This record gives sequence, structure tokens and C-alpha cells, in this order.
Amino acid sequence: MNTVVAQLQRQFQDYLVSLYQQGFLDNQFTELRKLQDEGTPDFVAEVVSLFFDDCSKLINSMSRSLERPENVDFKQVDSGVHQLKGSSSSVGARRVKNVCISFKECCDVQNREGCLRCLQQVDYEYKMLKTKLQDLFNLEQQIVQAGGAIPQVNIN
Amino acid sequence: MAVGEVMRMEVPTGGDLTVSSPDLHVLAVDDSIVDRKVIERLLRISSCKVTTVESGTRALQYLGLDGNTGASDLKDLKVNLIVTDYSMPGLTGYDLLKKIKESSTFREIPVVIMSSENILTRIEQCLKEGAEDFLLKPVKLADVKRIKQLIMRNEAEDHKTLSHSNKRKLGEDVDASPSSSSSSSSHDDSSVKDFPSSKRMKSESDIFSPFI
Repeated sequence: MNTVVAQLQRQFQDYLVSLYQQGFLDNQFTELRKLQDEGTPDFVAEVVSLFFDDCSKLINSMSRSLERPENVDFKQVDSGVHQLKGSSSSVGARRVKNVCISFKECCDVQNREGCLRCLQQVDYEYKMLKTKLQDLFNLEQQIVQAGGAIPQVNIN
Repeated sequence: MAVGEVMRMEVPTGGDLTVSSPDLHVLAVDDSIVDRKVIERLLRISSCKVTTVESGTRALQYLGLDGNTGASDLKDLKVNLIVTDYSMPGLTGYDLLKKIKESSTFREIPVVIMSSENILTRIEQCLKEGAEDFLLKPVKLADVKRIKQLIMRNEAEDHKTLSHSNKRKLGEDVDASPSSSSSSSSHDDSSVKDFPSSKRMKSESDIFSPFI
């Protein structure tokens, strides 16, 4: 038995489980992993990459809308939050999605300060998740390069 | 070529019409690039041909409902199912649904609505307008498999009706002609099928569980 592969697989499994346990990911991420196979080994990475691009774009435009206190376009911010919530939900980015829920509430009552805090938080969370997932994908790559298979991980 | 042709199927010699697993061509409409990527993969994995567009307007263009010749006018690109997001800028999924159901050419194409919001009145509104089903986002593989089964079963039922009502030579391709199925002068006719079995909705609040 190739212990290097087994070790990497174990590392991968533990890391992935920890991401769920710490609330970074939810069941939808598991659903996405189901859609990946040997023929499409980069599917999840591609989807999350699109998601992170989306985050960056939406955060920038919401930031502009929130910039001047006397002239906040809450409608635009609300639209941005809605989109962000949707796409985070679609990839299983749990923490990002949860910030969006608070964010929407601030928007609904036109609380600019609250919105700015949420904006900062959502920026932090997506970047954090991006780093975590990059580490995960690196592990995946190492397993494949060592000739191993990506473990099926069961999250309860 | 029959107008509004939904699926071409071959009638095997010996009679009984069975669906020999023709690929469904699905038009998926969503303004989110993330969701488009996911729904495309979900459908491909479920052995469907997929075309994704980013708006209701583009969907109408593709179908040729904007007055011009659409891509789907080409025989091979006939659309068998439309899956659309509800909340989109410009034309909403509901607007798109209405336009499709108003069209004599396309009204037979089943339309499924997706939404991240579980709003009962919204669901009812869409079903009333003729949506085949309503999916709550995020969409999962089980949802897509269920929809596909539903559509394939409905198609098979339609063709059973057709093969009885139309005399066709065995071995010839059978074209689905909506005009020869049950007449659809109103939206409340039997083309909507039995409510409980085909209108199963995914609803977190389980309000519709009695119908399941």
C-alpha cells in the first residue's frame, strides 16, 4: 500500500470535514462534489472560481453604492446582496450566505453603517473561504499526482 | 416538420411505443453565471443536451419568439424543456413562462421555474400560468432527476395517446404534433395533467405533502 497516498487522502478527508464542522461549507458543497468525476476533475474548482469572481465584482459595486452617506442606492445594494446570497447558496458557502442574511436586514431598514459592516464581513469571509478551498484543491492535486483517488467523504 | 414538434421518436416494429431514451434538449435560463454552470452540469450528468442563456430576452431570441428566426428553429436544436430562474432583471421567469404559454408554437414545451425564495403565492402563480414544476434553489441532482423523469413520463403518455389516435405506418418516425393531442383551448384542460402527481413541488414547509 502506498502510504504517501493514504496519508494525503487522510489529510484531505480531515481537512474537508473540518471545513464543514467550522461552518465554512454546507450540504450544497457536497452536492457539487457529487457532480465531479474523472472526466470533469476541475468542476468544483471552476464553479467556486466563478463564485469568487462574482463576490469580488458584487462587493466592489456595493461598496460604490454605499460610499456617500447622503446618497446611498439601497436598491442596488439589495440587488447585490440578493445575487451574492444566491450564488453562495448554490456553492455551499455557508458563512458567506449567513452574512448576506444579516446584510439584507440592514438594507431593508436602510442602515448604512450596518451595511458597511456586513460588506466588510462578507469580503473577509469570501477571501477566507477562497484560501481554505485553495488548500483543499492543492491536497486534491497532490493525491492525484501521487497516483491516488480523491476520497468520497461522507458528511453527516 | 410539424410546428411545435417536441420530440422525434422512432416507433419500433411490433407496436408498443416505448421511449428509447432520446436525449432531452433543455434550455436553461439564469442571470447568475454560477447557477448557469451548476444547472448545466446537473443536466449534462442527467444525460440532457443543454443550452444556457443569461436572460429571458435571450431565451426568447433563441426560441425565435422575438419575431426572428431562432436557433431552435433548426430541427436538431428543438427544445424539450425550459428551466428558468424566477428573479431575473428585465424579463422575469414568470414573464418568460407567460410568453411561452401564450405562443401556439411553444406552449407545449414544459417550463420549470427555479427560485431561491419559497413564496407560496409565487409558486401558485407559476403553476397557474402553466409551469410544470417549481424548484427551490439551490438545485440538487435529485431535483433534476425527478424533473427529467416527470418530463419523459409526460412525453411517453402524450405519445401513447397519439399512437392510438393517429394511424401511422410502423417504422416511420413519429412527430409529436400538439394539434392532435387533447385540445388546449384553455389552460385548465387535461394537458396540465393530474395535479397531485405531476405538480409535486419542492417546498421546505411541506405544505403540499398531502398531495405527494
